Order: sequence, then C-alpha cells, then structure tokens
Amino acid sequence: MNYPSELKYTKSHEWVRLEGDVAVVGITDFAQDALGDVVFVELPSVNKTVEAGEAIAVVESVKTASDIYAPVAGEVTEVNSALADKPELLNQSPYGDGWLFKIKVNSADLSGLLSAAEYQAVAEGQ
Amino acid sequence: MVPFAGYEMPIQYTSITSEHLAVRGLAGMFDVSHMGEFWIRGPGALDFLQHATLNDVSKLKVGRAQYSMLPNDQGGLVDDIYVYRTGESEYLMVVNAANIEKDWAHLSTLTQGFEVELENASDFFALIAVQGPHAVQVLQKLSDTDLVSRKKNDTFMGKVLGKWARFARTGYTGEDGYEVFVAPDEAKAVWDALLAADVTPCGLGARDTLRLEAGFPLYGHELTDQTSPLCTPFSWVVKSHKEFHGKQALLERPCQRKLVGLQVEGGIPREGYRVLKEGREVGLLTSGTHSPILKQGIGMAYVDSALDEVGTALEVEIRGRWVAARVAETPFVKL
Repeated sequence: MNYPSELKYTKSHEWVRLEGDVAVVGITDFAQDALGDVVFVELPSVNKTVEAGEAIAVVESVKTASDIYAPVAGEVTEVNSALADKPELLNQSPYGDGWLFKIKVNSADLSGLLSAAEYQAVAEGQ
Repeated sequence: MVPFAGYEMPIQYTSITSEHLAVRGLAGMFDVSHMGEFWIRGPGALDFLQHATLNDVSKLKVGRAQYSMLPNDQGGLVDDIYVYRTGESEYLMVVNAANIEKDWAHLSTLTQGFEVELENASDFFALIAVQGPHAVQVLQKLSDTDLVSRKKNDTFMGKVLGKWARFARTGYTGEDGYEVFVAPDEAKAVWDALLAADVTPCGLGARDTLRLEAGFPLYGHELTDQTSPLCTPFSWVVKSHKEFHGKQALLERPCQRKLVGLQVEGGIPREGYRVLKEGREVGLLTSGTHSPILKQGIGMAYVDSALDEVGTALEVEIRGRWVAARVAETPFVKL
C-alpha cells in the first residue's frame, strides 16, 4: 500500500495536496483497494461552498456506495470530469489521474490533517 | 471474508469485475458448499414432492433436474430450490444455505401421509460450480466421464480426479457449466486442479452480479415468504394443473406489484431504493448493482402492476436524486 509522504490525509481516507491556495483531493490507495472496482463517481458542483467534514461526493464500487468528505473548507473550483467515463482511474491512479475535486481553501493551514505516517497507522490499525 | 449462513466466504478473491468477466468470457469457479442438500427417498417420494413443490415433478426423468419453489400456506414462498431426480424413487433437493433449518422443519411437517424418508445431507457434500463458455471443456480434462455431450439440467454420477462425484449441468450465472457435488475431503484437490487449469476463483460478489445480469432471483430479495411467484417472471414454475400445499392461497393472492428488471442511466441502484413515476412512489428495488457487461446500473424491483411493460420510463431515487430508469427484459445480457 502506498502512502506518499508529501500528502496530507484524513481519517476518512481522503488525501490532500496543496497547490498554492488550492487543495487537490482524492481517495487513498488503501481506500480504493478496500472499495474494489469503482464504477460510478458523483462529484460536487463547481462553485459550491463546502465545510470541512461535509459529505460532498460519492464513490460507488460494485460492492457499495461510500461518501467522500471535504477535508478542508472553501469553494469547489474544479472536478475531475474524466471520471464520468473512466471511474476506474480511481483504482488505477488514486494519487494521480484519479483525483476527485479541487477546493480553493479558506485557510492554507492543514495542521489539522494527518501526516502519511499518522494516516498509515490509522488505516492499517483498522 | 464475510460470515454467511455459518460459513466464512470471500466477497472477492481479486476483483468482482474481473471475476465476473472471467465467467462470461472463459471459466470461473465458485465454492458453494454452503448450499443445503436433502435426500428424498421412498415409494411416496414423487407424490410428496408434487405436494411440497410448485413445478411438475412427474415430468422429471431419472438423471434430470428442475428449478422449483416451496410454497407456504399464505401464497408466499419458503424457498426457491433445485430438484434432481437421481433414481426411480430418489431425489436430491438443493436449498439456500440460509434456509436449511427452516426448509427442513417445513418439509418435515408435510411428510404425513406419504411413504417418504428425508435426510439432511448438507454436511456430506461440498459443492463446486464451474461456469463459463470454457467451463465444460476444462472440467472434462479432470474427468474420464463424458461431460461434453450432456444436456443442460442433466445430472449423473461420474468421476473427477478418479473419485466419484455427482455432476449437474446447472448453475446460477446464465453460462454453461457444471455444479459438482463432491465429498468434503476431496473438494480441495478438485479446486486446486481447476486452479491449475486457469479457472478463475470467484466470490459472492461476482455470484451476485452474474445472477442479476442473468435475471435470476435471490431468496430473501426477489422471493420471500410474502411474495407470490405469480407476480414475478418466474410464474412459469407454478404448475396449477396439479395439487400442491397452499394452492388456493397462492392462486387467490392478487398482484398489486410485479417484479421487473430495471436499467438505470447514471447511477447504481441498490436494494431498498424507491422507484418513482414522475415523482410518485410506485415501487422498491429488491436488488441492484453495476453490470460489468452493460457498464450501467441494473436491478430488480417490485413496481405497480400497470407499470410492468418493457420500456416503461421510471425513475430510481438515488441519494435524493431522481435518476432515469426503464423496465428492461431479463436476462439483461444475451446469454
């Protein structure tokens, strides 16, 4: 299982990469493996204002539907429209082409999120 | 692994989609040893089965099998089953794992007046289903009994890896293949030999997506003690020219809703979701998934009887959104 050290994480299995004041968000390698084959992704509307911890997307595998939470507060600026036709990108490239959405953050302070080592302990401790 | 009817069973070995596609394209295998098996023997076996089941057992020749159901006395179902005629006065009934105790108790109450003996042999059989367009030719490599020229629903004793086993050309995927009843201590050798022959192991996840694509019901979902088979596409099982337990209640029970297949655009339908017609609730999903072949959502639902025509436009409520759906033919895929 892969836990890139440059990313921040949530206990609910999202990852965050800060690019200036924009947070790119996806689900972790651990999460995609647990979900299995992803077949449908429901993404938030662009310009939507979101709170940290708000359920704003849904990833469905053959097995189950799973809520995705905004790791940070802000405004959605972009969603990964390639996932509409290729939801399997979430399995193939969870930290790359399988990203979910971008949020223009209210605050660039991500200290409330987990480091790679902290997240790994949470994920594998479950 | 998940607990299922007293067994630990895998949802998937690798991925539900790849296991599903292996069965549709080549060959996959399922360890379905959890299924229940009852022997029904004696001079009154035929009359007993005519009374206890809905299909016409008098049509069943030795060495043939038929899909059937156990009616209750309320117009609903105790279980759906398979009946194999293994001898002149000997039948094997395969029942759902979760219903073994219930079915056994139910059948035991019906034996009065029939010269028949029941035996619960569920612990004496392991059951491996080998399914897919290449399944029979792969299985044939492990057997010197002719498997290739047998017909669908044939059942017979044969050898696998030199040991006796019961073969049945049946399954729950819509594909060609066999279900092989072997002694529990021989099951691992058969499984390993099939694995070595590149047959893909498949879990409960693929078993469910395959049976849904094929339009087969699952007891506890499409069929229950409250549902009449006459309100489903499986009404052909009910042979009303013969007498059976609970016949009057079954024939008199009206169909306010009927079971249909649904194809859904832009979402995955799941069990329990509401079916709507222009915003008004007209039904409920009993099963739903993503079809790996159609690459879209499919499901089965009970909907108001007037809306059961193929092509009828409906909606499924998915997390508060109304998603377009239409009544579809089953099987959902060409088999």
